[in-house]
Amino acid sequence: MQEECLLTMRGIEKRFPGVLALNGVDFSLRKGEIHALMGENGAGKSTLIKVLTGVYQMDGGEIRLSGENIVIRSPEDAQNKGISTVYQEITLCPNLTVSENMFIGRKSGFVIRHKDREKRADEILKRLGIPARSTQLLGNCSLAVQQMVAIARAVDMQCKVLILDEPTSSLDDNEVQMLFKLMRDLRGQGVGIIFVTHFLEQVYEVSDRITVLRNGELVGEYLTEELPQVQLVSKMIGKELEELSNLGDSEDNRIMAQEVFYEAKGLSSTEAMPFDFSIRKGEVNGFTGLLGSGRSESVRAIFGADKVNGGTVTVKGKPVKITRPVEAMKHGIGYLAEDRKRDGIIADLSVRENIILALQVMNGIFKPISRSESEAFADEYIKALNIKTASRETPVGSLSGGNQQKVILARWLLTHPDYLILDEPTRGIDVGTKLEIQKLVLKLAEEGVSVTFISSEVEEMLRTCSRLIVMRDRHIVGELTGKDLNQTQVMKTIAGGEG
Amino acid sequence: MKNLLKRKEPLTDTQLLMTITIGIFCIMYILAMVLLGGGFLRAQQIFDMLNDNASLIIVSCGLTIVMIGGGIDISVGAVTSLVVMSCAIYLNKGGNIFVSVLLAIGIGLAFGLVQGFLISYLEIQPFIVTLAGMFFARGMTTILSVDPQKVTHKGFLNLHNNKEIRIRWLGHRVPNGNIIPAEMEFGVVIALIIVIIVFLLLKFGRLGRNFYAMGGNQQSALMLGINVKKTRFLSYVICGFLSGISGYVFLMHTAAGNATNAAGMEMNAIASSIIGGTLLTGGVGNVIGTFFGVMSLTTIKKIVVSSGLNDPWWQSITTGGMLCFFILLQSVVLGRRQKRKNK
Amino acid sequence: MKNAIKKLFRGGLGQLTIPLVAIALLAIFNLIRDPGFFSIGIAHNSNGNAVLSGNIISIINGASELAILAIGMTLVTAACGGQDISVGAAAAIAGSVFVKVLKSASSINGGTVLLAFLLSCIVAMLFGAFNGTLVAVFKIQPMIATLILYTCGRSIAYWINGGATPTISNSILSAIGGFIPGIPLPTPVIIVVVMAILFKLLFHFTSLELFTQSVGINGGAARLNGINPTFIKLLSFVLLGACVSVAGCIGVSRLGLINHETLLLDIEMDAILAVAIGGNSLGGGRFKIIGSILGAYIIQTLTITLYAMKVSSTDVKAYKAIVIVLLVVIGSPVVKQRFTKFMTRLAENRKKVSAKGAEE
Repeated sequence: MQEECLLTMRGIEKRFPGVLALNGVDFSLRKGEIHALMGENGAGKSTLIKVLTGVYQMDGGEIRLSGENIVIRSPEDAQNKGISTVYQEITLCPNLTVSENMFIGRKSGFVIRHKDREKRADEILKRLGIPARSTQLLGNCSLAVQQMVAIARAVDMQCKVLILDEPTSSLDDNEVQMLFKLMRDLRGQGVGIIFVTHFLEQVYEVSDRITVLRNGELVGEYLTEELPQVQLVSKMIGKELEELSNLGDSEDNRIMAQEVFYEAKGLSSTEAMPFDFSIRKGEVNGFTGLLGSGRSESVRAIFGADKVNGGTVTVKGKPVKITRPVEAMKHGIGYLAEDRKRDGIIADLSVRENIILALQVMNGIFKPISRSESEAFADEYIKALNIKTASRETPVGSLSGGNQQKVILARWLLTHPDYLILDEPTRGIDVGTKLEIQKLVLKLAEEGVSVTFISSEVEEMLRTCSRLIVMRDRHIVGELTGKDLNQTQVMKTIAGGEG
Repeated sequence: MKNLLKRKEPLTDTQLLMTITIGIFCIMYILAMVLLGGGFLRAQQIFDMLNDNASLIIVSCGLTIVMIGGGIDISVGAVTSLVVMSCAIYLNKGGNIFVSVLLAIGIGLAFGLVQGFLISYLEIQPFIVTLAGMFFARGMTTILSVDPQKVTHKGFLNLHNNKEIRIRWLGHRVPNGNIIPAEMEFGVVIALIIVIIVFLLLKFGRLGRNFYAMGGNQQSALMLGINVKKTRFLSYVICGFLSGISGYVFLMHTAAGNATNAAGMEMNAIASSIIGGTLLTGGVGNVIGTFFGVMSLTTIKKIVVSSGLNDPWWQSITTGGMLCFFILLQSVVLGRRQKRKNK
Repeated sequence: MKNAIKKLFRGGLGQLTIPLVAIALLAIFNLIRDPGFFSIGIAHNSNGNAVLSGNIISIINGASELAILAIGMTLVTAACGGQDISVGAAAAIAGSVFVKVLKSASSINGGTVLLAFLLSCIVAMLFGAFNGTLVAVFKIQPMIATLILYTCGRSIAYWINGGATPTISNSILSAIGGFIPGIPLPTPVIIVVVMAILFKLLFHFTSLELFTQSVGINGGAARLNGINPTFIKLLSFVLLGACVSVAGCIGVSRLGLINHETLLLDIEMDAILAVAIGGNSLGGGRFKIIGSILGAYIIQTLTITLYAMKVSSTDVKAYKAIVIVLLVVIGSPVVKQRFTKFMTRLAENRKKVSAKGAEE
């Protein structure tokens, strides 16, 4: 603790209705270091950062910047104090030019000299090696460049603390290297960088120190070189999950004996490259790969969520056409979307209405489920899945993430699907619920339901799936079964045999 | 040369939509000159269009600002009407001209301040707030006077009667050889100055750029450190202020207050803004486009009259048709752009 | 019956608080001002029928067209998150078609009236489909899309009438716009009840309500659950079209003439207001038809109250505006939040004061 502490957060608490998102978290950042903030989805990383940037107001604790006690009231306030953030989802204005995005919202005169600004912006862009022109419309730049423009903005604001929230998730390798170079340069200039990411290799490549959070609590702070990767993972995940054992080989044999339920050849959509895929009755398989590898896009194509361009599909051996979600549902396919808030829940509708929605659609508009019937369904599934809700008429938006996910699961289970696609069903939910969902998947498989499971957490997939389809750069690059189903092999295949 | 072309940025949505509007306006006007001739060949035609629509131009500028910021204000026509009536009555009671101008601006600002406060700080839906504003202004107008109020104030009438600016070289020759100069009202000058000021504000003003940022993505604007509430508040205040000026310009044009003044002006202003390429979703738009939006709307009406479609319904039916054409065109153009970008 | 009331309160009081309070306040205000305001009497109209009369009757009678339009507007608002500002113009078109058909018929009897109504209904639904296509297929905001018909609708009505404002008088029409012999309640009121029941049945026998709300709250998620948002939005506009034609035909029957300029003038604004006062979000999503109908009656009560206070019909708007602003300010979440904060602080202060008092 000899180094100068730039930022210290002590005992930070943040409460949301029904959830304690941060429970007395400590965090400290030194001058000129890259500090990785690690934790699973739902560990509280985003909340901590939003507290630090003034998006949320903390319910307890203190923040010190350069030794002074500070209160951060708004994003504007944070910026003025020298705390800049680049968010995962880009928070610039696509309808303005690059230079405007770099300078807007900062102290300036009432009249804007575009030429001066553009010149200055070009200088910064050139210095940082960002391939963009200042006069370009931001919306016309690639996502990576937009991200870098956001960083350029922060750099030019002489920030003391730079927060990068998942900056690499939409970048390719070259762009990542460019970003890392930028980060190292800034570190050299004495900027403290908080780096949030999912990619472990990147943490070890660039960071000096790691803080791990789990379930809204601090696990610990470590020097990167003193913490082996395996230990980091175990600290992030915790020990509780070890009770579930891998599926045995006998399982494979049982599955191989079953008929093929769904088969696609050369299936492609506006988002997904052509691919082949099949699943047997009662099989649990999974798509894995990094974010943006095309795993979600592929399952969306199976469900007809994006516009399907080509390929042949058979369900139970019969050729069928699935171009819209409703057709997939008619063939007994259910799909739990990756983005729960955007594509899953209907927030203002009640738990009951959310649960019966898919079944109602399958029944058709002229056969409404009666009130008493729907109440019975809702009660049944609230009990079966142990959904924690005040009542069945509570708006689903006010439930916690895990319970929202269970409601959507209930929605699909109610349709009694033959094939269920679960895209990141455990993202951002607590460990207990994760376990429940994994158990549920295995139980469904035993009952003969086919399940395709996608998760960012490889461990989770290894525990549930008997076959893993590995994707890289929007193509399937490998299929792992049996003995090959282990962390090393998966990582190797994802990385392309080199890792 | 090639290098020069290469460095040019592709048109932004704002520029693209504005270019389309100006292009279509020019084509329409040239076609009218060629096919209909007559009045369209005289410069006075354009001045007439400006004279009749000076206040609409001013109101549309204000509305464009609000719409760029992602809001809507449907009270502008009613506020204009209230200003006309109040100033007419005040002048008839022997008021001072200077004070009457202050009165006009004061009324406009008051509406802007109250509506802006309700919308920005109490977060009430702008449509409802400005609808109430519209009701209130219309009601107040009739409470002030149901009967038309012809202004009898001498000083004002002098201003009203001598308000034209005569431009000889743009005039036209009548059969007896005399030249009738083109006439432009003083209100047009005010309108054009306002167009230029608002254009500069939106292009070079810090506030103006904040309007675009707020309309483009409110969340982003907040994250970028813009005080969104204050910015939104100011957009309504400016709009109210311009409605006040618009009312005074209207009075200078008619020299009479009437309860039905500026009826339907809010919808004309919205239509003009849309034709000019301002999107109701916010973040896209330009007052130059709005100006040409007003001119296009007027031109189509003039064309309908000149081409002998004398039945009273043709004007609004063609206006509706043109509106439909523009809205669909914009939807298709922007839709295709979006698709290309995604690829 | 008791159960039904209980259900109503349990299911919807949250949303209906403001409209119910508003109605109660208006009623109390009127009772204090004039205890006889709500008396209902029996009068004889020109045909010699015994009919009910009184302020209540004129309120619920006068609000009929508004209430019917508010029903349709609620659906459009819920599904599309925007409003149709062309309903007044479309009603003028529907009324014109209605009159045109009746004028060209050799004799006016029940059959021709029904035919005329059906034709006007089809025309109004086609215009609704036009609006709906712009909104659902071309993704244009409802207000902009319907601005087109708002601009030219009344002129189209004028054109249908051939540049005239034809009058039409017939006992069937006066029965529709006034009273059916032997029934003391105004027919438009009965039509509102019928429409409300029809929509209630529609929601009972289909799952339209659930689908519309889903589309309005989260169109993307609705699509992934197999709902077709385009269809639902289009349908909402077509249903509004049906409401528009009913309102237009009532309006025409009431007056016995079609005036394209004045028929249901400015009613689009009132209809949107009714939806908002009824506690429905103008941003779409959850809705309660009953709230919007209540909203329509509130607006009409307000108008009649102002009339009773000798406010002229043109001035009413100004007072209406003040009441509206008061209502929405009270309903604003920000104000509610501030108020709760203020109250808790007040309570804390009181505690402190009493604690101090105890110390002393």
